[in-house]
Amino acid sequence: MAEERQSQSAPPTMNVGARPGGGGGGFGGGGAMGGRMAGPPPKLRNPKGTLLRLVGYLGRKRWKMVFVFVATLVSTLVTLVATRMNGSILDTTIANKDIAGLAAACFLLLGIYLVGTVAAQLQQYLMIDVAQSTIKHLRKDLFDRMQRLPLRFFDRNTHGDLMSRFTNDVENINQTLSQSVAQLFGNVIAVVGTFVAMLLLSPLMTLVAVATVPLITVFTQLVVKFTRRFYKQQQTILGELNGYIEETITGQRVVKVFNREAQVRADFSEINGRLRVAGTKAQIYSGVMGPFMNLVNNLGYALVTAFGAWMVVTGRGVTVGVVFSFLLYQRQFGRPLNEIANLFSTIQSSLAGAERIFGVMDEKPEPADDADAATLHDIRGRVEADDVTFGYDPARPVLKHATFEAEPGQTIALVGPTGAGKTTVVNLLTRFYDVDSGSFRIDGIDLRRIRRDSLRSSLGIVLQDTVLFSETVRENIRYGRLTATDAEVGAAARTANADLFIQRLPQGYDTVLSDDGGNLSQGQRQLLAIARAILSDPAILILDEATSSIDTRTEVHIQEAMFELMKGRTSFVIAHRLSTIRNADLILVIKDGEIIERGCHDELMAADGFYAGLQNSQKKSGLGL
Amino acid sequence: MMRLTRFLKSTWAATLLAPLFMLFEVLMDLQQPTLMSDIVDKGVATGNLPYVLATGGRMLLVAGLGVLGGLGCVFFSSISGTAFGTELRQGLYDKVQSFSFADLDTLKTSSLVTRLTNDVVQMQNLVMTVLRMAVRAPLMAIGGVVMAMLIDARLALILVVAVPILAIAILVIFRLGFPLFRRLQQRIDRVNDVTRENLAGVRVVKVFVRQEHEVGRFEVANDELRMAGVKASRTMIWLWPIMAVVMNTSVVAALWFGGNLFSVGGLQTGQIMAFINYLSQILMSLMMVAMLMLTISRAKASADRINEVFATEPSISDPEDAVQADGFDLVFDDVSFFYPGSEEKPALDHVSFTAREGETIGILGATGSGKTTLVSLIPRLYDATSGAVRIGGVDVRRIPQDTLRRNIGVALQQSTLFTGTVEENLRWGDPDAADGTLEQAARDAQASDFIQAMSEGYGTVVGQQGVNFSGGQKQRLSIARALLRNPRILILDDATSAVDMATEARLQAALKRRMGHCTILIIAQRISSVVDADRILVMDDGRLAAEGDHATLLRTSYIYRDIVRSQLGEEAVSNG
Repeated sequence: MAEERQSQSAPPTMNVGARPGGGGGGFGGGGAMGGRMAGPPPKLRNPKGTLLRLVGYLGRKRWKMVFVFVATLVSTLVTLVATRMNGSILDTTIANKDIAGLAAACFLLLGIYLVGTVAAQLQQYLMIDVAQSTIKHLRKDLFDRMQRLPLRFFDRNTHGDLMSRFTNDVENINQTLSQSVAQLFGNVIAVVGTFVAMLLLSPLMTLVAVATVPLITVFTQLVVKFTRRFYKQQQTILGELNGYIEETITGQRVVKVFNREAQVRADFSEINGRLRVAGTKAQIYSGVMGPFMNLVNNLGYALVTAFGAWMVVTGRGVTVGVVFSFLLYQRQFGRPLNEIANLFSTIQSSLAGAERIFGVMDEKPEPADDADAATLHDIRGRVEADDVTFGYDPARPVLKHATFEAEPGQTIALVGPTGAGKTTVVNLLTRFYDVDSGSFRIDGIDLRRIRRDSLRSSLGIVLQDTVLFSETVRENIRYGRLTATDAEVGAAARTANADLFIQRLPQGYDTVLSDDGGNLSQGQRQLLAIARAILSDPAILILDEATSSIDTRTEVHIQEAMFELMKGRTSFVIAHRLSTIRNADLILVIKDGEIIERGCHDELMAADGFYAGLQNSQKKSGLGL
Repeated sequence: MMRLTRFLKSTWAATLLAPLFMLFEVLMDLQQPTLMSDIVDKGVATGNLPYVLATGGRMLLVAGLGVLGGLGCVFFSSISGTAFGTELRQGLYDKVQSFSFADLDTLKTSSLVTRLTNDVVQMQNLVMTVLRMAVRAPLMAIGGVVMAMLIDARLALILVVAVPILAIAILVIFRLGFPLFRRLQQRIDRVNDVTRENLAGVRVVKVFVRQEHEVGRFEVANDELRMAGVKASRTMIWLWPIMAVVMNTSVVAALWFGGNLFSVGGLQTGQIMAFINYLSQILMSLMMVAMLMLTISRAKASADRINEVFATEPSISDPEDAVQADGFDLVFDDVSFFYPGSEEKPALDHVSFTAREGETIGILGATGSGKTTLVSLIPRLYDATSGAVRIGGVDVRRIPQDTLRRNIGVALQQSTLFTGTVEENLRWGDPDAADGTLEQAARDAQASDFIQAMSEGYGTVVGQQGVNFSGGQKQRLSIARALLRNPRILILDDATSAVDMATEARLQAALKRRMGHCTILIIAQRISSVVDADRILVMDDGRLAAEGDHATLLRTSYIYRDIVRSQLGEEAVSNG
C-alpha cells in the first residue's frame, strides 16, 4: 500500500488534499512526487499579529466559518467510525456468516458514508464562498488604501514590487484560505481522533502503529535542511539566468550590431550549465521525500500486519477485524501528521504575503484635510510661493527658499538643468508632497488650508509620460470631467487638435486603447492628454515636459492646442526646449534648487546670465552665427 | 507538445531508466496487500506463527526493495528533467539569437522573455512530474486491477461498474471546468490591468481626483473575479463527492459480496481485506490521473508558446555565395520597406541616396518619418522589401552578416548597457583592444571625464539597465563602445539627445579627427547636431523629401525651414 505521498500539486480550488469524510477505506491523498518544493520559509516579523488580523478578515463570515468547522468535525468523525466499522463487519457478521446482519451493517455503513460525504461537500461549498469573499475584501482594502497613500510611497516602492503584492501575495493567501485552514483543522481532529480510537481498541497495537512516526519527523528535517541549501542555490542561479535573458533579449539590437551572438550564447550556456548542476541536486534531494514516505508507510503496514497477526494467533485479545481497522487507522494517522507539517510551511509563506499586504495597508495615508479646510470657488489663479524649502530627504533640500508670484492668467516657465528642482515645484503645487518650510498660496490661501480634492480639481496637468487607461478614447478624455456629455468630449478633442486622428481610428471615439495606449503614437497620446485637461477646465495648468519626446515639427501642432488650453489660465510650463518657453510672462531659471534668474525672455537675454548662455549655446553650436 | 521530446535525446538513458525504476517500485508496492492477506488467511487462520513472522519479514524486505526503485526513479527523473530544461532553454536561446528584427517584432521581446523563463520552468516541471506520476498512476491502476482479479474475478466485477462511472465523472467535470478556469484567468488579468494602470498613473488619478472613480472601477473587476472564482471552484469540487460515493459504495459492495462469498466458502477474510486495499489503490490512481490531466493541460499553453518560437524561421540568413565588398561607399537604391504586420503603409518609400566613403550624412525628420528604419537596413537588422542597400557596390544581403556588422558601429538614443563593468561594456566594441585604445575611445566620446571621476573608474559596475548613469552618460558610453570598434560606417541614431550642446560640439570635433576616413550617419532632432554635415537627408513620412547641405536646404526645402524655425526661430531661417 503506497498511495500516500505528500501532495503539493493540487489545483488551486479543489480541496483534494482535504480529506472530507467517507474515506473510510482509508484512501490516501494524491501522490504527487512532482519535484516542486516550497522554497525556504521566509522570516516573519510578527506572525501572531498577522495571523490574528487575517483571522479578523475571516470573522466577517463567522457564521459560515462555524458551519465549516462543524462540517469538518462531522466528516472527520464519520471517517473514524466508518473505518472501525470496516473491521467490525469482518469480525461480527462476515466471520459468523450472518448475512442478514451483514446486509444491515452494509446499509448502515452506506448511510454513514453518505453523511460524511454531504458534510464534506458542504464544508467545501461554504469555504469557497468564505475564501473568495475574504480575498475580495483583502484586495479591495489594499486597493482603497493604495488610492489614499501619498506619492512619497509610490516613489519609494517599485511598481513590480507592488504588483506582486496584488498578485502573488494575494494568491498565496487565497490558496491558504480555500484549502489549508479547513484542512489543518480536519487533520488535527483526524490525528487526535485516530489516536484515541486506536488506544481504545488496543494500546499495544497503537504503539506499533505509531512507531514509524519519529522516523518521519527526523527524516523530514534532514531533507528540508539539505533541500533548502540546494534550492536556494538553484533560485539564485535561476534569477541570474533570467536577468541575463531579459537583458540580452531586450538589448538584442546591440547584441546584433556588435556581432556578439556567439559570445552571449556561450555566456548563457555557462550560466545554464550551472543551473543544471544546482537544479539536479535540488530536485533529487527534494524528490527523495516521496519514496521515503512510501517506505515508511509500507514499513508501518508490514509491522501492523505481522504484529497484529502475532497478537491474534497468541490470543492477546485482538481479532482480525481489529488488525484490519489498524491497517486503515495507521494510514489515517500518518498522512495528516505529514500534511500538517506541509500546511505549516504553506501557511507560513502566505503569512509572509499577508505581512507584505498589511504592510501597505499600514502605510500612513495622505494626512487628512483640516476640519475647516477651504473649498476653492471661482479661483482667480494667483499663485505665490513664499520662501519655500523642501527636500524629499529633509536633510537635503532640493528646493531652497523659493519665492515667486504668478498673476492670474500668466504663463510661468521653469527652466534649468535636469534635477534642478523644476518637477519638485509641480509636486508641491499639487500637494503630492508638502513643503518643509515657507508656504505656497493660491489666491492668498495656504495650500495646506485647502481641501486636497478641491485643490487638485482646480489644477490641470499634462505630463511627459502620458498616462492613458485601457478604455475607449471617449472614456479617456471624459476622465477630465466624468459628467461631460459626448458633445463636450468631442468639443474638447477638437480644441486639442485630436479630433482628426480620432476620427481615423478604426472605431473612432469608441476605439479601446490597448495597454496604456500602446496603439497610439506618442504625439497622439499627448493630444488625448491635452483634450482631457481641456475638458477638466482647470483654473491652473501644469505642463511638465509635455512635449519633450515629440519631434519639433509635431510639437508645433501640439503647441497650438496647448496655447488654446493656456488661454486665460495661470500656467506653469516645464521644458527643456527653449523655443517652447520663449513666450512665457515669467521665466524662472532654477539651478541646484535655487531660482538664480527671473524675468521675461528679453530681460534675461539682456542680463546675459545663465539663461542667455543656454540660448546662445543652442544658436552658436547650431548655426555658427 | 510531443515535438519537444527531442530535447530529451541527450539524456535518453535517464529518461528510460526513471520509469523502469518506478515500475519496480510499483511491483513491490502491489505485493503488500497480497502478503497481508496471506498472513491473515494462512498464518492467523491456522495459528502458524513462524509463517506469520516469515511473511512479515518478506513484507519488510519488499518494502525495502521498493524504496530502491523509488529512489532510482527520483534520481533519474531529476537528471532527465533538469537536462531537458537546460537543453530546451539553450535551444530556445540559440534560436532567438538567430532571429532578425522582423522576427523579434512579431514575437515581441517581453513575451520572448516569458517563454524563456516561466514557460521553460513549466515544461521542466512537467517532464519530472510525468516521469514520476504519469508512470506511477496508470501502473498502480492496472496492477491493482490485475491483483484484484487474481484474488477473485467475481468480486472484481465491482470494478467494471465503478471505474467507468468515475472516468466519465472526471471527464465531464473537467470539460465543464476548463472554460470556467479560462474565464477566471481573464478576470485575474483584468484586475491586474486596473492595478497596473493605477500604479503607473497615480499622479493623474490624484490630480483629477479620481480615487472614487478608480475604486469603483476596481470594485467591478474585483467582484467579477470573485464570482468567476466561486463558479469555477464550485464546479470542480463535485469531483470529490462523486469519487467518495463511488469509492465508498464499492467498499460496501466488496464487504457485502465478499461476505456472501465467504459464507459459502468461496473467499477468505484476508482476501476481502486485500481486495478493499486494491480497490482504494485503483480509484486513487485514477484520481491522480485526473490531476495529471490538469497539470498537462496547463503545461500545454507553455509548450505551444515555446513551439511557436521554434516554428519561426529566421527571416535573415547568410548568403551562400558571399562576396567581399570593394570599399565602403553606401548606396540606397530605390529602397522600400514595410514592417511586418503593416503592409498597407510603407515605412520607407522608394528611398535613394549615396554616401561616399568619408562623408558625414545628417538625417532629420519627424518622429515616425523613417529615420531609424533607414539606418536599420544597413547592418541588416531588417532587409529591404524592394530595392537594394549596397556597400562598396555589393548588396548587403550578399555580404556575410559577420563581416558586414564588424565594419559598422552603431550608437542608439536608447543606449543599452549590460550588467558588468564599464570596461566590459566598452569592450563589446572590441574584446581585444589595448587599454590605451579603450581609453582613447572613451576620451573621444567625451566619456572619460565622468568615468574617471567614479571611484572605481573603468571598473565601475553598471547596474541593471545602467541605472547608475545619467541618460547623457549612457549615450556617451555607447558612443565610446561604437568608436572602439573602429567601424568604417558609423551610425549615431539620435545618440546625443541627452548630451548638452557644449559636450556635443567637442564630441563632433573629436569624431571629425578620429573618423575622418569613414562614413558617418547622424540621426538627430537638433539642427545643431547635423548642421555641419556634408549632406542632410530630410525624411518625411517614409520618403526622402529633400537632400543637400544646410544652406541649400534652407532655400529648397520648406520642411527643413519649418524644422529650423521651430527650433531656432524666424531669424535663423531668414539669415540662413
